Amino acid sequence: MANILVVTEHLKGEFQDITFEMLGKAKEIAQSTGGSCSAMVFGSMSGQTDQMGAADTVITAEVGDDYNPEAYAAAVKSVVSANSPDLIMIGSTSMGIDIANPVSTALDIPTVSFCADIVAAGGGFTCTSQMYGGKMNVVSSVDGALISMVLAGSFNADTGRVSGSPAVEASAVEAGAGKVRFKQLIEPEAADVDITQSDILVAVGRGIGSKDDIEVAEELAEALEADIACSRPIVDAGWMSKSHQVGKSGMKVKPKVYIALGISGAPEHIEGMKATSTIIAINTDKNAPIFDVAHYGMTEDLFDVVEELLEELD
Amino acid sequence: MKIVVPLKQVPDLVEDLEVDATGKALDAEEVKLKLNEFDDQALEEALLLKESGAADEVVAMAFDGEDVDKMLFTAIAKGANKAIKLNGSSPTDIHQLAKAFANAVATEGFDLVMAGVQSADGRDGHLGPIMAEYLSVPCISVVAGVSVSGGQATVQKEYSGGMLGEFEVDLPAVLGIQAAAQAPRYAPVSKVRQIQQTETIQEMDAGDLGAGAGSAISSMAAPEKGLGAKMLDDVEALMAVLKDKGVA
Ligand SMILES: Cc1cc2nc3c(=O)[nH]c(=O)nc-3n(C[C@H](O)[C@H](O)[C@H](O)COP(=O)(O)OP(=O)(O)OC[C@H]3O[C@@H](n4cnc5c(N)ncnc54)[C@H](O)[C@@H]3O)c2cc1C
Repeated sequence: MANILVVTEHLKGEFQDITFEMLGKAKEIAQSTGGSCSAMVFGSMSGQTDQMGAADTVITAEVGDDYNPEAYAAAVKSVVSANSPDLIMIGSTSMGIDIANPVSTALDIPTVSFCADIVAAGGGFTCTSQMYGGKMNVVSSVDGALISMVLAGSFNADTGRVSGSPAVEASAVEAGAGKVRFKQLIEPEAADVDITQSDILVAVGRGIGSKDDIEVAEELAEALEADIACSRPIVDAGWMSKSHQVGKSGMKVKPKVYIALGISGAPEHIEGMKATSTIIAINTDKNAPIFDVAHYGMTEDLFDVVEELLEELD
Repeated sequence: MKIVVPLKQVPDLVEDLEVDATGKALDAEEVKLKLNEFDDQALEEALLLKESGAADEVVAMAFDGEDVDKMLFTAIAKGANKAIKLNGSSPTDIHQLAKAFANAVATEGFDLVMAGVQSADGRDGHLGPIMAEYLSVPCISVVAGVSVSGGQATVQKEYSGGMLGEFEVDLPAVLGIQAAAQAPRYAPVSKVRQIQQTETIQEMDAGDLGAGAGSAISSMAAPEKGLGAKMLDDVEALMAVLKDKGVA
């Protein structure tokens, strides 16, 4: 019998998809083990519990609407201590990293990060983590209580997007120490192109090697009437602006065709593009995880392929 | 203001990774180690704070292991004031490594710990926020922008879709760094060699490592192939796909 706590996530008054992914999975595990599922919601999101139909109970925490790493982690600590859930599901996200680790360490509950699957097994749980940038699936077995950090895109959000009127309980949360203060939300800078609207994307990764060589990909994009996108290291190197970044901390894109040039396919990148109908990956490493999500692949040097393509397209 | 940057090596993911005979770990013989890229970002951001005058001292720290001296001398060559190497029984997971670093920074003293946001082998969590919990100081992770003044730091934390949250945090604190304001600098080999001749790495006992992660790996394997991509042999085949999809 697994009693599960899902730590919900919201931004600007809306529950994030990861919340519904986790709720759907939690409900499935709770039903199969005869357990129950509760969802912890923060601040005035308690006014939207009708979206939490997948949960048996909603636990509210009065910690303010604006996410605060210290206050939210303290609230989750209080609720976990009071309810002793068997499984605590937290997103493998920017907020989840701040919350899962201190709860795990303070309460001595094992954490498994990068979880892509969770199965209840003999009183405990078996989690499959995508580690080493997606190159290895690592299975962890835990006998007692567990915190699993769920990778976005692992479960179907629609399963958890159920309306209803679960019982609502207010939690008595401890305030944080007040050492972290939220100042403001900063919106992304206006983009020259909105890649979330593109039909075709040519995306470059670190395999491109240098800033000057991005030109080659731009030529291909032009020939295909595509827009240009990139992985995170290209933005961090200052080679392209943030508005072109696809992935966890960038944009979620869904073009008809996505051509990945020299992108390894780390989970954080895949999260942003896996809904694409046709993914074509070109990468010299035959074991690159990008080939697990791509529909078509070539293990060739991207420069050779692009050069030949440009000739053909000419 | 003193910043400590814990450094850690991880397998180079561009190389082939193989599972060893136990079926539960990577084959250490085959693995090529390199500095965790997010630790490199953390070191860069720390050095930028020092250069701007906001910090006085940057200390690079690592647990002993293969090529760790070279990694630490490289950190000095890039601009760190000193390097500390931790010795003792080897940590087996992120919780134990975080405990070792927490023990050491408590001895060394710090205003800020700047750790890489994550490492590709971090099965049991994230170094920065676990250290912060052991040290009872606040922590913010996924940070891509730090400024410091008057006993507090102002940081920008990344959310999805390019959104940022700005926070103020009282020092001492731990930050999990995602990206520095500029690409990490490079230290020429000649300079690293010269540093190796003139500088020494301080050694410190890692102390008690605590109970650790509390979970174990039961198996490790490369993801199953077959569901994946249809592999194309040449550009002609690729052109055919592009035409079929109405792109070319
Ligand atoms: C909290 C967090 C958020 C993140 N958010 C994002 C995000 O939004 N988006 C994102 O992309 N990443 C994100 N990352 C980073 C992510 O973990 C990876 O580091 C990143 O996606 C790797 O980018 P890459 O594939 O371009 O580089 P690498 O992983 O270095 O891959 C380069 C690839 O190019 C191949 N290659 C090299 N030369 C050639 C050649 N000549 N021809 C063909 N192939 C070649 C190599 O085989 C390799 O597979 C995030 C990380 C964290 C911790």
